[in-house]
Order: sequence, then C-alpha cells, then structure tokens
Amino acid sequence: MSVAEQVETVDLAEGSLRELNARLHGAASQQRAPRAWRILNPGGRHNVAVGLDAELDVEIAGHVGYYCAGMNQRATVRVLGNCGVGTAENMMSGAVLVRGNASQSAGASARGGLLAIHGDASARCAISLKGADVVVRGRIGHMGAFMAQRGRLVVCGDAGEALGDSLYEARIYVAGSVASLGADCIEKEMREEHLAELSELLAQAGIDDVEVGRFRRYGSARRLYSFQVDDAGSYA
Amino acid sequence: MAVLAMVHLATMAKSLSNAWKRQRSRIRYVHPPHIEHEDCASARHGNGEMAAIRCAPSMCGIVGIFAKSPAVSEQLGAHIARMLVQMGDRGPDSAGVAIYRDPLPDGACRLSLYSSARVDWSTLEARLAAALGLESTRVLGPRHALFTVSVQPQEAERWIAEQAPELLLLSAGRAIEIYKQALAPAAFVERFDLPRLQGSHAVGHTRMATESRVSTAASHPFSTGLDVCLVHNGSLSNHNRLREQLRREGISFQTDNDSEVAAGYLTWRLREGATIEQALAGCLEDLDGFYTFAVGTADGFAVLRDPIACKPAVMAETDDWVAIASEYRALAVLPGAADAQMWEPEPARVYSWGRELAA
Repeated sequence: MSVAEQVETVDLAEGSLRELNARLHGAASQQRAPRAWRILNPGGRHNVAVGLDAELDVEIAGHVGYYCAGMNQRATVRVLGNCGVGTAENMMSGAVLVRGNASQSAGASARGGLLAIHGDASARCAISLKGADVVVRGRIGHMGAFMAQRGRLVVCGDAGEALGDSLYEARIYVAGSVASLGADCIEKEMREEHLAELSELLAQAGIDDVEVGRFRRYGSARRLYSFQVDDAGSYA
Repeated sequence: MAVLAMVHLATMAKSLSNAWKRQRSRIRYVHPPHIEHEDCASARHGNGEMAAIRCAPSMCGIVGIFAKSPAVSEQLGAHIARMLVQMGDRGPDSAGVAIYRDPLPDGACRLSLYSSARVDWSTLEARLAAALGLESTRVLGPRHALFTVSVQPQEAERWIAEQAPELLLLSAGRAIEIYKQALAPAAFVERFDLPRLQGSHAVGHTRMATESRVSTAASHPFSTGLDVCLVHNGSLSNHNRLREQLRREGISFQTDNDSEVAAGYLTWRLREGATIEQALAGCLEDLDGFYTFAVGTADGFAVLRDPIACKPAVMAETDDWVAIASEYRALAVLPGAADAQMWEPEPARVYSWGRELAA
C-alpha cells in the first residue's frame, strides 16, 4: 500500500455488518474502490470480512466473533484482538493475522493462504486442514490438526491432547510439549528441508524470536487410511 | 491456564475497593481425576467428523457476571439484561436469570414461585403468613411471585412441597431469586424489569429448545438446592436412565428436560455432602453428552465444560467484574470489556469464583 493510498474506515458501532461485507465484496469488482480498510468497534460480531475475493488490506481494531475472514481469497485481514470460533475457516488464499487469541476450529478446512495467530488457539485448531498454513505463536488446545489432509501447522508453544488424530498428509511442527499424540500420528525426523520451510513459515507469520532448532516434526504413520507409497508423489 | 488463573487471583485481591475490604475474593480449582478422552477415541476411525457436525446445531446462550465493585453491583440487573439480550439469537424460546442479592439473616428464606395457571397470590400469601411467618411479598404477575418467610429454607421448601404442590418452586435460599419464562429474551428483560435489580452476582440463560418442549418449567436456571442453580448449553444423551436413578434417590423432576437431570444430579451430590466443585467434577464421570455449565452459588459461580469442549464459552475479567458468556459479544456490552483479560475455559476443568468473609 502506498503512503498516499486512502484508508476507508468503517465504524460497526454505527453501520451494519451486512453493509460492510457487501461493500468489501463490491470492492473486488470495482477498479476504483478503496483497497485498504479499517474496521472499528467489531464488538464480537460474527462473520466480519467473510468471503473476500480481492487483494484488499483489512484491519479490524478489536475482538471479533465467529468465522472472521472465512472463505478468504487473496485479501490480507488483520485482527488486532481475539477471534471467536472458526477464524479463516475454508480460506483459499491470502493471509489472516490475529494479534490476540483464536477460539476453536481456527483455520478449519482451509485450502490455502496463511493464518498466523500471535496468541493461543484453542481446541481443534487446523481441523481438516486441506492445504493452508497455520502458525500459532502460543499454544493450542486438544485435537489440533484433527484429520488434516494437507498443509502445515506450526505451534511455537505447547499442544493439547490428541494432536494430529487421524492425520493424512499435513505436516505438524511443535516447539513446546505435546500432551499426547492422536491415533496414527507419530514423531518424524527433522531434516534440512523441514528446518528451511519452518524458517520461512515463521518469517511469514512475523515471528522472529523462536529458534527453529526447538521444533519437532509430527506426521501420519499412514496406517489408518489407504495410503499407497507408490502414490506418494501425488500428495506433493 | 493455572498460571494465568493465579495472576487473576492477584489482580482480584489487589483491586478490591475499600467498601469490600472485609471480603476476600478467591478462585478455587478442582483438578478432576484423569479423564480419558473417550469421545476423541471413539471419533478416531472414520466417524471423526461427527464431532464437528454434532457440535453445530444445538444452541442456547449462557451468561454470568460477578461484581467486584459496588458500581457494578448497583448496575448488576442492567448488565445481566444486556448480556442476555446479546445472546437472544442463540436462544429465542425462553429466558431466565438467577440473581443473588441482599442476603437474608439466618432463619429467613426467600422463595421464587411459579404457577402454570394464573393465580391470585393473596391466598397463598395469607397461608404463608399463618404457617411460616411472612416478611415480604413481591407479586411479579399472575404466574410469578417472590415471598420472604421467617423460617429456615429447608422448612419453607418442605412446606411448599406438602401444602402447595401445584406450584413450581423456582428457587429457595437466603440470596437467590430466579426469574424465568417462555418468552424472547428482550421481552423477558422488559417483563421483569431486570435493569432495576441490584445484586452481587447473577447467571442467565437464553434457550433454544432441542430436548423438550418450550415451557417456563423447562427453561433455565434450574434450582439445584438452596441458593444453588444451574444453566446449561448443550444436550445430554444419558438423561433418561440418570433421571430414573436419581428418582430412586428421592430427587423429583417436573419435566422431561435433559438439563433438569443435570440439575437433579447436582442436587443429589450436594445433598450427599459434595462441594460444588466435587459435584461438578462428578459430572465428568456420570453425564454423557455436551455441556457448558454455569452454576450460581450463594457466594459466586462455577463453570464447567465437557471434556471435548463442544459448547463455546469465554470468560473475562477486569478490576470491576468477572464474567462468562457463550460468546464474546455478550461480554462486549460490559464496561471496560475491550481491555479485559480474556480466556477460554479449558475442557473438563472446574472454574469457580466466590467471595468469602475474611476471618
């Protein structure tokens, strides 16, 4: 964003959420619509900035409710507070950055893009992950990456019970302790390429104070689903 | 979370105003016996996505606030009313509140009564005055009334059960008052003029019925003993069998509602000598299903979520209050919420807030 660019400010204490989301959606198709937005007084409302599909920069000054930035494509959404259930669920691309904590099912089923949470995330973080990257500066609750298929989950703090239960091909990195691993999730060797991708993910998430050497890698033992080693190439 | 909680304790102790210096706030934790994550285990092989699917539809909203300053105490009714209205979307069928206020001295008892038929309360008033000694009456309408009588709560409770069995005793105790009705939360708040009430703490509920019919009797809070009540968000799957077991223990039920069984379970455990924390820890063993519970007690409230944390809950604290709600938007209406310390209660852990008089 250039310095000269206008920031469109919307105060949710005065305007309606439906109107805000409609304007954000409209901005995708309008050449001259503002690219940078600042949203005030979200007051824990659900569905703030959902379904964006344009290279917008949206900053939310406060706490939001459920499904914030759900289904996001291309946009960058920054929440300067805490998020409720299902932050960035089904994200396709773009980035969602949370300064505070995120509640359950953060990044659920997300296919692409980056979800960076600078606080903690609670239960079922990155559940059914399908290709996105989820980076958590704090700790996560139980059943993180449950049935995750593709993508990467990075946890700088501790992970709760049953991490990676019924995991498919997603990769998990945890720097802190893991309360327990879920069915078919095992610790795996940390190779050079893993250290490299971890450094890149931490940098993208704006985290520069956690040593990559502290992380352990976890993945699927591939005993629970019909994985054939000959097909390994198709999971990339 | 334990570390964070100790920080809260320090903050609470530090922030007590002069007027409340004789009282000491405390946070108690009970660490339940090790809980195997059975639900996780059963979800492992293939039907795991059920967890996410089953968690979604059944709603209800719960709210609770505990005043740490006289200013919040004076506005308690207004605060709980605003919180309740925020949770109106989660539970449009019925609403209810238990508010704790003006504790009576030993030997007196406040009764919250509900009649399913319209009644003339003056008849009961005269009978109560003759049998138990009447200190005050507040008629809230043809179906709701509050009476203060001059006997121990146990005796008053027994008298109602024997002499006026047609009435539903919503609550009995020295501080508790329960208001509830099958009415949309915003209308409920107006109907009982909640904002004018003051008190030390309150819990409330908005109901979206899933397990039994929409009626005042089946709405929350449920009394679970003297000065104790329960609000529940979730659904229990073993309530029929548990109801039968509890009936054999002498616990009576007015409805086929699952939450009433949870309340009956707590009543039974408390009657058998358990503390609130022990009774709640027992829920982890004996109740099957989804729940976030908030329990109001004479001196505070307690919170418990089921081991897989199916139902949402968020807690927050400032120098002036501690609060719980199903969603943050119900906390956002409280003064200073944006800067409150906020966290999500962990599954299978009992949290409780209370106030005890300093020795």
